[in-house]
Amino acid sequence: MPELRNFTLNFGPQHPAAHGVLRMVLELDGEVVMRADPHIGLLHRATEKLAENKTWVQSVPYMDRLDYMSMMCNEHAYCMAIERLLQIEVPIRAQYIRVMFDEITRILNHLLWVGCHGLDVGAMTMVLYAFREREDLVDVYEAVSGARMHAAYYRPGGVYRDLPDRMSQYRESKWKSAAQIRPFNEARSGSLLDFLDDFADRFPKLLDEYETLLTDNRIWKQRLVNVGIVTPERALQRGFTGPMLRGSGIAWDLRKKQPYEVYDRLDFDIPVGVTGDSYDRYLVRMEEMRQSNRIVKQCIDWLRQNPGPVMSDNHKVAPPDREAMKSNMEELIHHFKLCTEGIHVPEGEVYSAVEHPKGEFGIYVISDGANKPYRLKIRPPGYVHLSAMNEMVCGHMLADVVTIIGSQDVVFGEIDR
Amino acid sequence: MSATLEALSQNLQEHLGDRVKSLKVVLGEVTIEVDAADYLSVMQTLRDEPQLSFDELIDLCGVDYSTYAHVGRQGPRYAAVTHLLSVARNWRLRVRCFAADDDFPSVPSVTSIWNCADWFEREAFDLFGIVFPGHEDLRRILTDYGFIGHPFRKDFPISGYVEMRYDPEQQRVIYQPVTIEPREVTPRIVREATYGDVDHA
Repeated sequence: MPELRNFTLNFGPQHPAAHGVLRMVLELDGEVVMRADPHIGLLHRATEKLAENKTWVQSVPYMDRLDYMSMMCNEHAYCMAIERLLQIEVPIRAQYIRVMFDEITRILNHLLWVGCHGLDVGAMTMVLYAFREREDLVDVYEAVSGARMHAAYYRPGGVYRDLPDRMSQYRESKWKSAAQIRPFNEARSGSLLDFLDDFADRFPKLLDEYETLLTDNRIWKQRLVNVGIVTPERALQRGFTGPMLRGSGIAWDLRKKQPYEVYDRLDFDIPVGVTGDSYDRYLVRMEEMRQSNRIVKQCIDWLRQNPGPVMSDNHKVAPPDREAMKSNMEELIHHFKLCTEGIHVPEGEVYSAVEHPKGEFGIYVISDGANKPYRLKIRPPGYVHLSAMNEMVCGHMLADVVTIIGSQDVVFGEIDR
Repeated sequence: MSATLEALSQNLQEHLGDRVKSLKVVLGEVTIEVDAADYLSVMQTLRDEPQLSFDELIDLCGVDYSTYAHVGRQGPRYAAVTHLLSVARNWRLRVRCFAADDDFPSVPSVTSIWNCADWFEREAFDLFGIVFPGHEDLRRILTDYGFIGHPFRKDFPISGYVEMRYDPEQQRVIYQPVTIEPREVTPRIVREATYGDVDHA
């Protein structure tokens, strides 16, 4: 009788369903996974160490590169931590802009997630539809910050600048005539808020479209229902947050429970799952996009009616505007000190968390009163979720591993930092 | 201090008593410091006592205090800092535990209390060299296979010690000593607390 042994399989780091650079050592008994050991760190850039050697503001763009699918939410946690240490108020208009962009970011993230998750599981068309809508939203990113992904738009004390009055437009070329281009530019003729308003009107219908493709799709359900079930007790033990925790039926959302910025003035609901399987997490994220769209709508209405400053007027933190700088000695000194030495944050420590699209994204900073952080710790939600991988995949088939990675919504920028 | 924070501080004093070495409420956050000897029992109480019920561990990280404000702080060098969250009671807590021995820093593992501490402790071990007795699988996690040293310690240079390149002669990737010079664009400056403050001039 030949000896039977478990088969060890190396999954990744170059596997398209590994969402980046995940290397996973799987121990298989036939096609059933007995043990999964994720090896991470292939994208480790020591962001936290780099931040200790940069001034406070210089680290803002590093935050974009953590979870590179939800850039502005990362910046938000970081800026909020600095603001809390400095104990400065952010102008109310900047708070609304931040909330609006947090929700845009959530839609961006979930759209990419549903597209790639579909791609992994076999629903090839989803990614095409999702990227069509993402295109509009990254254009919004570009309009406010000049960059389609790594925006560096939030700054300690507010946001970099106010919303622009015009959107970039498509131009006639030798491939596209003026007549062909006109329909694309219709929504872009007004301000950024007009463009977003038009998007927010269209978006619920598009979400319905996605749902007709997936929600009752027989194959989709066969791949997702009852795969990777996490009970509420285990979800807490494993430190789950965000859609992973809500998918297991615990109604926990920082935007409601520990509201920051202006979330307590806005009207939205928190979806929760029932069984805690991958399908529930899918439904939760789909509903979150609808709720985000509602929040964006409310922010647009408020922002239209309430002009005002978007940056703190405390020039120990926020740079003065260019005009004042050129005619006023004090502003010039402030600008010089800010650009050469940076802001000084009082001694202390603070943990600030935001409801990131993937879960609770936290920034823990210790300041010793210098112009650089003494220690910065990033609490990435994906890191915690991935650490539960072994528990979630044990006993499932090899193909379900892909479903579970997809439903965890992991991005290696934040996991490896 | 808000009512919630007051209730939390009271409950902490009531249930932990003199196991808490210090309790601070700063910027709306509660921080307690405990001895490594009491650490496990304190953590167990924090999770199981219904009046505290910290059912979730949010974060655990190592800190190296050796160059704090250029001079370092008095006392031990390394600490493990834990952030706890109570979903049931909606409050947070920070627990700091200093490792007694600077040459072999060690803090008990809390993986049996909160399973998600697993990777956080591996990370603190990898980056700071803090050992967590009681952890079943304390391997490196973020650095390269075969990495030497603990990169987040303050005496580890930001450029590292080795760099990697492809060697055409040996036809494989090799390590060699770093060829870049460390450089600091903006120096680190610690000013007095009221620096630039017009009201205190």
